[in-house]
Amino acid sequence: MNKESALLAYVTRLGDNALVLGQRMIELVAAYPELEEELANANLALDYIGQARMFYTYAAELEGQGRGEDDFAFLRDENEFRNLLLLEQPNGHFGDSITRLVLFEAFYLAQLEALARCEDARIAEIAARAEKEIRYHLRHNTQWLVRLGDGTDESHRRVQESVNELWRFSGEMFEADEIDTIVEKAYGGPKLEELQKRWLADIDAILINATLEKPQDTGMASGGKAGRHSEHLGYMIAEMQYLQRSHPGAAW
Amino acid sequence: MYTQGLDQKDKPAAAGQGTETPEQLEAFQARIDAEEKIEAKDWMPEAYRRTLIRQISQHAHSEIIGMQPEGNWLTRAPTLKRKAILLAKIQDEAGHGLYLYSAAETLGVSRDQMVADLLNGKAKYSSIFNYPALTWADIGTIGWLVDGAAIMNQIPLCRCSYGPYSRAMIRICKEESFHQRQGFDILVSLCNGTDKQKAMAQDALDRWWWPSLMMFGPSDKDSKHSAQSMAWKIKRFSNDELRQKFIDVTVPQAEFLGLKVPDDKLAFDESTGHYRHGEIDWQEFLDVLAGNGPCNRQRMAKRCKAHDDGAWVREAARAYATKHTAKHAA
Repeated sequence: MNKESALLAYVTRLGDNALVLGQRMIELVAAYPELEEELANANLALDYIGQARMFYTYAAELEGQGRGEDDFAFLRDENEFRNLLLLEQPNGHFGDSITRLVLFEAFYLAQLEALARCEDARIAEIAARAEKEIRYHLRHNTQWLVRLGDGTDESHRRVQESVNELWRFSGEMFEADEIDTIVEKAYGGPKLEELQKRWLADIDAILINATLEKPQDTGMASGGKAGRHSEHLGYMIAEMQYLQRSHPGAAW
Repeated sequence: MYTQGLDQKDKPAAAGQGTETPEQLEAFQARIDAEEKIEAKDWMPEAYRRTLIRQISQHAHSEIIGMQPEGNWLTRAPTLKRKAILLAKIQDEAGHGLYLYSAAETLGVSRDQMVADLLNGKAKYSSIFNYPALTWADIGTIGWLVDGAAIMNQIPLCRCSYGPYSRAMIRICKEESFHQRQGFDILVSLCNGTDKQKAMAQDALDRWWWPSLMMFGPSDKDSKHSAQSMAWKIKRFSNDELRQKFIDVTVPQAEFLGLKVPDDKLAFDESTGHYRHGEIDWQEFLDVLAGNGPCNRQRMAKRCKAHDDGAWVREAARAYATKHTAKHAA
């Protein structure tokens, strides 16, 4: 793989992560436990949709075949999506949503910080903007994880289950493949080993603060980064793409 | 957000009821007539307070329930730009709910109480949200007609005699006018699109036209709250006046889109400068208000479920706050 193809694949993957997570979040609109959190969820989801648009627009430019952001979102098949498995898992309760966000955003923030310093000017620019948003998200979501972990017996039990259940999807974030390696070497992209060290330290601190236990690394799942997804993604993509697929070529 | 103290707010407010003297009422009316704003701490007749609580909370509930029909198309919006705009619009609606609950709280009722009244069916919300959003064109039509009708109703409320409500409405109206334009913009795209897209737009107008006209409430001759609200300058125009204004503005927009308004009696009257329209089916309006519209049960079930599912989260937040306040105090 040459470095141009690796960059395109990398940027597309960033867009896929943002879109798939954003789509899961908007499934929850009008179902949040409190009005203030309803606003927060919509706000955070909007950031993700905005980031997906920026990454896809850049990916389309790198590809140079006249496609645009919507072709990436609505006209690729399920196995062409390269998002992390963690992000496509179906929504459960509020604690599941918060746990997913904290596990991902502790990684994503570090990834964006590194990308903001990389040698590709466009990625650096988008990452610098997204980093500000995600820093705020992570603060908000961490506060909730701590409140739930250190709230009532019931909330502690529920959110510990969320952490146990989602933990097995966390390893995939740090599995470097050829794309990660080329972007690291050719463009000064993030070193995933370093990101993992920092993530483990950050997550340890958050879990201690939330009085939650860190699960064992057993039965870890991966495949999303290579287009091998769980069964859940297909339904999400089918729903999301329905209008574009049933009215080919129409403008909206 | 999680304070318990708010729960007790309503009692002192009710204490003044029935003790109003004719002099007090006259002085109050004189302030209204002089276009002075009434503020939260000012004396006001109990019926004025009650009317505002009913109206503002009903408005807040409408914003919250109104998120559902549009939310129905968020995951299926056809482009990322449309998805982002729709999401921002729905977020605005949650924000409107929040300002309006706050405005109502200045009158001595707690948000918890208002939410409880919505969930137990005691409080109403706008009948329009009991209709289903069946196609993407409904999202355009809701913005164009439903937000358009809401703006007609709400612009005069920016001059409402109660200060906190009027100030909330100024901000809300600015956002609503953006919402209305985004709806119309969706329809412009559809009406310039394929035959299927145009048919989708016409079908949505056919379904939403009459319910939108009902949003202005019963005809003046049947409206039980209007006269007193007009005297108190909570309301500035009658239901029928606002409805007529809406029709006059909207019919040329439908013509611009190339869509047919589903009313065979609709005709422009040169002598009055207004459109004449066919009879509204008030029985349908009453049926929807009585809980028998296409989506009443679904809307309420979703709201109740969200509230019930969130109970453990609210409890956890309260428990955490109590624990940590105690720790800080120690």
